[in-house]
Amino acid sequence: MRYVDEFRNRKLIDKIARLIREKMAGRAEYKIMEVCGTHTMAIARWGLRQILPDNVKLISGPGCPVCVTPKKYIDKAVALSRMPEVTIATFGDMLRVPGSYSSLDKERSAGASVKLVYSTDDALDIARKYPRRQVVFLGIGFETTAPTVAASILEAKKEGLKNYSVLCGHKTMPEALKKLVVDNRTRIDGFLLPGHVSAIIGSLPYEFLAEEYSKSCVVGGFEPVDILESIFMLISQKKPKVEIEYSRITHPSGNSTARRVMERVFVKADSVWRGIGKVRSSGLRIRKDFSDFDADIRFSPNIRPVREDARCICGDVLKGVKVPPQCALFGRSCTPEHPVGACMVSSEGTCAAYYKYGV
Amino acid sequence: MCLAIPMKVISIHGNEGTVKAGNLSRRANFSLLKGVKPGDYVLLHAGFAIEKVDAIEAKGMLKLIREV
Repeated sequence: MRYVDEFRNRKLIDKIARLIREKMAGRAEYKIMEVCGTHTMAIARWGLRQILPDNVKLISGPGCPVCVTPKKYIDKAVALSRMPEVTIATFGDMLRVPGSYSSLDKERSAGASVKLVYSTDDALDIARKYPRRQVVFLGIGFETTAPTVAASILEAKKEGLKNYSVLCGHKTMPEALKKLVVDNRTRIDGFLLPGHVSAIIGSLPYEFLAEEYSKSCVVGGFEPVDILESIFMLISQKKPKVEIEYSRITHPSGNSTARRVMERVFVKADSVWRGIGKVRSSGLRIRKDFSDFDADIRFSPNIRPVREDARCICGDVLKGVKVPPQCALFGRSCTPEHPVGACMVSSEGTCAAYYKYGV
Repeated sequence: MCLAIPMKVISIHGNEGTVKAGNLSRRANFSLLKGVKPGDYVLLHAGFAIEKVDAIEAKGMLKLIREV
């Protein structure tokens, strides 16, 4: 595939890996947080940790949307799925995430209407086809996904669809990174920033990381050549700055059309991240003008108090403080078949990556 | 979740179109990206084209690495 195969070229991979080894020879440890879950998965899949020198450490960040979604959200989705008139439309990753008392997968087995969709357009199609059903789309994800959900709300409003709404759990990335840096429990030298979030927001919203907190930043693509080149750019920075490796996609100012769509429908709000807690202005909620499409308002799902499994260390994994093998449950009572925490469920979860690829 | 793949635009009518990568053909929504025409490569995420692929930048990056 064009723009994929050439960035998987073995010769280039070997070359950049050699350059990184040469550059890091005799230097102190350099710790890089790969923010995005898609990066985490690519790093594990391509075995990139194994070809990096020992003094380059890669730690996973909070960029797996399913993983950082709090249990309360899952509990609400489960409560909605139990309403007889509701059909839940969701991306596949959400299906098996355990809530406090159940999961959507279990509810589906018990007869709830839960449909997996590939895009919000598919969810709108279900709403058009079944006007007597109330279709609730589970809106989770960062700035990459939020515009697509906003576009679906605009379309539903335009068409006058009365049976489509969104349970909004969207989050925004820069504020969460600020929280991680301010808390400073993990000493991070450089950030490998998410290429597809940045396709929308650009690289400018991260400038504070370099200017105020002296963190090196590179917006990177997802193929092995991209990731290694981003690492090379990070360790080569003389003064912390924000650079773009993924220049075939990401521009400093991002995609303003997508941002306008997102901003028309959503407004910034405080948001709870699993593991990190409440982070100011790190989420999106649906504007009052569109409250007819807000499933929280339309249905007021009733939930019991949230119950957490105290043994699960997903929270610390999401902050990059611990790695999955440090968890007593990892690979024993928590596996992709029987997950306890969200990090084991999502295809982008750090625990799932460690488990699948034996990192 | 933020997975997205570069796909070639085959046809486009208003906000709707078709994109292709290898043998995979998909419906795509273009309401988040302006100025796209058939033959362009776009990044497809959850059924939406979210950005154009810049051929010159792609080539430039590979050239840079080869020349180091």
